[in-house]
Amino acid sequence: MSATFEVKPASAAPAPPASATARKPPRTSRRTQAGRSLRRHWQLYLLIVVPLAYFVIFKYIPIANAVIAFKDYSPVKGPWGSPWVGFKNFELFFQNPVFWTLVKNTFLLSVYTVLASFPIPIILAIALNEIRNGRFKKTVQLVTYAPYFISTVVVVSMTILVLSPRLGFVNDAIGLFGVPQIDFLGNPDYFRHIYVWSDVWQTTGYSAVIYLAALSGIDPALHESARIDGASRLQRIRHVDLPGIMPTAVIILVLGVGNIMSIGFEKAFLLQNPLNTAQSEIIATYVYKTGLLNADFSMATAIGLFNSVINLFLLLGVNFAAKRITGNGLWS
Amino acid sequence: MSITLQGFRRTSSGGHESQRTTIEETRTDKIFLTGVKIMLWLALILVAVPLIYIVANSFSSPSAVSAGKVLLWPVEPSIKAYKEAFSDPLIMKGYLNSFIYAICGTLISVTLTIAIAYPLSRRTFFGRNVIMSVLIFTMLFSGGLIPTYLVVQDLGMLNTRWAMVIPSAIGVWQVIIARTFFRSTIPDELYEAATIDGASDLRFLWSIVLPLSKPVIAVIALMYAIFQWNSYFDALIYLKDPSLYPLQIVLRNVLILNTLTGSTTTTSLAQQLEQQQLANVLKYALIVISSLPVLVIYPFVARHFTKGVMVGAVKG
Repeated sequence: MSATFEVKPASAAPAPPASATARKPPRTSRRTQAGRSLRRHWQLYLLIVVPLAYFVIFKYIPIANAVIAFKDYSPVKGPWGSPWVGFKNFELFFQNPVFWTLVKNTFLLSVYTVLASFPIPIILAIALNEIRNGRFKKTVQLVTYAPYFISTVVVVSMTILVLSPRLGFVNDAIGLFGVPQIDFLGNPDYFRHIYVWSDVWQTTGYSAVIYLAALSGIDPALHESARIDGASRLQRIRHVDLPGIMPTAVIILVLGVGNIMSIGFEKAFLLQNPLNTAQSEIIATYVYKTGLLNADFSMATAIGLFNSVINLFLLLGVNFAAKRITGNGLWS
Repeated sequence: MSITLQGFRRTSSGGHESQRTTIEETRTDKIFLTGVKIMLWLALILVAVPLIYIVANSFSSPSAVSAGKVLLWPVEPSIKAYKEAFSDPLIMKGYLNSFIYAICGTLISVTLTIAIAYPLSRRTFFGRNVIMSVLIFTMLFSGGLIPTYLVVQDLGMLNTRWAMVIPSAIGVWQVIIARTFFRSTIPDELYEAATIDGASDLRFLWSIVLPLSKPVIAVIALMYAIFQWNSYFDALIYLKDPSLYPLQIVLRNVLILNTLTGSTTTTSLAQQLEQQQLANVLKYALIVISSLPVLVIYPFVARHFTKGVMVGAVKG
């Protein structure tokens, strides 16, 4: 981690004094290459300074700042001056009775989200791909794509309004079947379903676009020859389309699993109310409360770091497995 | 009927084979296709109904909304809620703030994104793979909420407008999209020709690359603008002063936390009831108003957006 961190400023930041390094005799070919590139393209290196500074300041300094997870942070002394406490914050967190609830809530919510939001866009994309009827196809795409552009705040508000016990149409609809009114948001058991399905509602159309792109990249000759061999539509989907989008699907699944613990703070926080915290309190919302509301910076950072590390390992592990099994993965 | 016709039309492009391929569309295939269409109709309805429901409610009278009588068509049409929303100073201020953040944020983001994506697209740029890994790593691992907050705090950005546009200025995904576009559409020969004519790197970027890259610039600009318009988390943690609040925070206060805005100096019971009813319909109107700018431009940009996602989906 720190290795990548240091490589960059060394190679890119000192753009102006390029000629100094370039005048040295060419010892290694890489160094000559770098020197020549710097001399010829100093303007490009100049261009990249500010954006790189952005990444250093807002992405890498926070990573360095995360040392406060191992310290007893005091705002006066700053992240580096505060006294070390080792793993005390982590131990306290692991011993906290809320720990297992948080991990369980976060994990279940994420797994549920991945399971539900992985296959549905694929089904939608394949269905859209099957009909060539221009206008209907375009309408479906345009409409299903639209919710992606609505903000989380609005989607959550819509969810609350639509599900509300007295006024929402969902309760009206189930009332027609004689089901008594349900206070969906007041019951912790419904939280996960609301979270996941409103997410599916919002993102399916958008995710389908990626699969549509993959589907359009499949060689038409494969379909043609399958047809000559007498394959039905369903058979062609199974033996031509699905293998064709496999690489894309694997990457998206790996990324989805990698994010399994970093499930969106915003939405869980917005959907949360005192009645449903039993299932809606996840690591991200707990970090927010510990850190910013209770101002326990070190503890909140420790919890956040625990989350990030698990995330990273899940991603690397799943990527490794995917590469072994299917031959596809990130960085393939 | 229309299905056979469609199958015929599709395959008839194959010339003399049209006769045969029509027969090939077997009965199971037809049933399957009908099933697919039913499914797509279902998807269409499931997505569209909640949207229509919100719009229909927003245009109905407060009493009809409070009685839960509205489904997919306005009942006793009225624009009372919109009048109320547009006369609320807090909401209008939020609206204005959101516009400021969206416009400034997008300008900054697009400039910085191009500044890093273009050099990274050039094959002669030494160290581009290292820099790319440095960027991608930030997608996988982050210091977390509090360490980032500390940086923003140290820079003195807390409770300023800068906190809304700087800490989230560059998206790695957008960099990848722009870089892929530059790399796949600007041929090296073009650069060589320009260099022979005496153009420097910056001159080449400004006079040749940017004019040729309008589509991708439009796509990433819209991505950033929509992201900014919808963003709420940064405001929640970095802003304290209500006069700086973007619309999304105001929305959350009104819609989710139920803090009523507007005049509550009512006394009589009837007035209170009316106020309550108005508050109900106001929620629907607010949802429409806040989503309006995005949804108005949406049909025009959807096609480009799709392209952008596709470009981004192509790894490299």
